[in-house]
Amino acid sequence: MALKRQEIHEIVKRKFGDAVLEDRAEAPEPFLLVRPDALESIATFCRDEATLRFDLLSAISGVDYPERSAIEVVYCLDSTAHNHWLVLKVSLPRQDPRVRTVENIWRTADWHERETYDLVGVVFEGHHNLVRILCPEDWEGHPLRKDYVMPESYRGIKNVVE
Amino acid sequence: MSEIENLNPDPLLRDNVFINSVDYVIGLTRSNSVWPMTFGLACCAIEMMATGMSKYDLDRFGSGVFRATPRQADLMIVAGTVTHKMAPRVKRLYDQMPEPKYVIAMGGCVIRGGPYVKYGYHVLKGVDLIVPVDVYVPGCPPRPEALMEGLFEVQRLMRHETFLDRTRRRTKPELHVPT
Repeated sequence: MALKRQEIHEIVKRKFGDAVLEDRAEAPEPFLLVRPDALESIATFCRDEATLRFDLLSAISGVDYPERSAIEVVYCLDSTAHNHWLVLKVSLPRQDPRVRTVENIWRTADWHERETYDLVGVVFEGHHNLVRILCPEDWEGHPLRKDYVMPESYRGIKNVVE
Repeated sequence: MSEIENLNPDPLLRDNVFINSVDYVIGLTRSNSVWPMTFGLACCAIEMMATGMSKYDLDRFGSGVFRATPRQADLMIVAGTVTHKMAPRVKRLYDQMPEPKYVIAMGGCVIRGGPYVKYGYHVLKGVDLIVPVDVYVPGCPPRPEALMEGLFEVQRLMRHETFLDRTRRRTKPELHVPT
């Protein structure tokens, strides 16, 4: 049975009360901000709990907030069994963004995490093959960081047009 | 015409035999059997496919035989955004084509980066940085008529160049691309 977003948040909070840093159930796009070290257990719980059954991870996104010196990783969970969904976020320090991988919970996370690593530079600890997926292997920097500077040239090919 | 009449006094031959330079005839035959390579990179390729389909029918001009290997192709239609990651592959395909070979740069992205020209960190700013381009077809994407005009331009090039005389053959610049 599909649960309202408020109810899902309550279920997660009842189990992991101290790990939930922020509950924004009333926001236009509701989300739960959780502690990075608790993410793996919360994700496992969300997948296995009978009333939640989030069997599909539809997206992982990285967001850069230079003014807060933070990088957030957003996990969009879907339940094909109950037809409801949930957004989990973790906030990481911008200098060294690290979080545990969820690829053992949802296998689809493998490529999502590689993309987030490639473009935003989040390191997913425990990932079995954390290499770039979109940019060439020898690319420098993470292009979707707000302070990214476009390279003047790549492998000797000029990249700027006057 | 008088020359031909002189060479062919027989009235029957005069109506059926034409005499011209070998270069002209080779140019004519070559230009009417341009084989493009099956190769598309982005949305321009959709328009290129439409050009090959029944409505626009590139076969009318002898160019409907899209070859699945560069070794049998005369013409490379670079259709779609070329990224830096793709650039060495495009160059390698071009290198695998036998001479004489021709390149059409189709669409804004291929010509100068298109909408990615300023902030597209990953897009090659013009395919002419890696392969010599013969004809540029602007558009986003160009309509099939525009691509056909580009093909006619290539045909015109073929007809007006000398094929047999290697010393007078058009030379193309060598562009260095690390692969």
